[in-house]
Amino acid sequence: MSEVFVAERDVVIPGEKLADGMDFLPGENTYRDNSGIYSRVLGIVGLSGRVLKITPLAGPYVPRIGDRIIAKVFDITMSGWRVDTNTAYSALLNVRDATTRFIKKEEDLTQIIAIGEYVVVNITNVTSQNLIDVSMRGPDLCKVEGGRIMSINSMKVPRVIGKAGSMIQLLKEKTGCDITVGQNGLIWVRGTAEGEYKAERAIKFIEAKSHLDGLTERVQALLN
Amino acid sequence: MAYTQRLDGRKIDELRPMDAKAGVIPNAVGSAYFKIGNTLAYAAVYGPREIFPRFLANPKKGILRCHYGMMPFSGAGERVRPGGSRRSQEISMVIAAALEPVVDLSAFPNAVVDVYIDLPQTDAGTRCAAICAASIALADAGIPMRDMVSAVAMGQVDGTIVADLNYGEESYPAVVSDIPIAMIANTKEITLLQMDGEITKKDLMAALEMAKVATQKIYELQKKALKERFIRE
Repeated sequence: MSEVFVAERDVVIPGEKLADGMDFLPGENTYRDNSGIYSRVLGIVGLSGRVLKITPLAGPYVPRIGDRIIAKVFDITMSGWRVDTNTAYSALLNVRDATTRFIKKEEDLTQIIAIGEYVVVNITNVTSQNLIDVSMRGPDLCKVEGGRIMSINSMKVPRVIGKAGSMIQLLKEKTGCDITVGQNGLIWVRGTAEGEYKAERAIKFIEAKSHLDGLTERVQALLN
Repeated sequence: MAYTQRLDGRKIDELRPMDAKAGVIPNAVGSAYFKIGNTLAYAAVYGPREIFPRFLANPKKGILRCHYGMMPFSGAGERVRPGGSRRSQEISMVIAAALEPVVDLSAFPNAVVDVYIDLPQTDAGTRCAAICAASIALADAGIPMRDMVSAVAMGQVDGTIVADLNYGEESYPAVVSDIPIAMIANTKEITLLQMDGEITKKDLMAALEMAKVATQKIYELQKKALKERFIRE
């Protein structure tokens, strides 16, 4: 007989038994050992039909193709820039992916993007060894100018954005700031000094309380 | 004269009072504190991050690196010299080996996860306390893990098998054996087994059986510490 030991939205730790029996299937961040299904990370249980999955509460950012991230330039190479992606791996931004303008061979690349500056980029390729290629070609991809950069745990990014962007919309409305969220946990906030401060405080609040229900209402109360 | 009454009045299979908390160091990716009797361990996890020196990198999977240290003022006796020693290097190595079977770093080739463990106060059983704290801290950091690791020292003092020796028992003037044991919570697989002193095979097997019960108690505490962070209001 199959039985399940946890309920939807329960917090589980690594190795905790979620279910027993073949009627259930191991989903994301779980594994099967004999007939039991166990959690692989600290996270929240999600039950969809027969599939058990865990949404992690913490953990490192894993780069994926198509993700928009914010990265910091730390080196310049022959053909482009090396950027720090806030993971264990740096990424390469090629010159032709950074600008549409013709670049002469001897041109000084720091004139386009200098070391220490941030860029909003898209991940175009990730290899098995986590070598990352990024591109600045696309809508809303640009060099970071003005405002401030803040960093949160990348697992909390979906909560900052909210369902269909509801949370980020609320933050933008209430603070009057423009906010760009990178999937790697870096956030670019720009607006008035007061607005930026309010937005930063609200984002930190979301990060700390992300496991609670009714977060949008709580943030609304905080910002009013 | 056999050892019938324990120095601190505990039952033979009773552990010292324990306490654990996750997320005690905000700067770290994950952290924990674990206290058993007068032994106190703090663990902080950083990474996965780039590894230095580079030649240590493994292109197939990430590396788990532990750094164990007793603080200069931690012992009951003389000052412990800060920095690494032969002893701390060995213990760092066995802690990493004890945690490695559960930690899955295959998604992080060429990277490293650093675990820093420091003990502000020690009264025997430091490597076990360190493993318990490190296990909580790794889970708190969101590192993929098959299971938790719980550790405790078993031992035999003058013919009596006891759990969780303190320093008084470890240095008891008779035949004493001190056996730190780490076990994976679900399967009770042994990931660390060391020994000082001497013990018969039969007694060792009895001690291992006792360790299963003792590590289960520690596991329950570790679980509680991790879940306490996310209580719904």
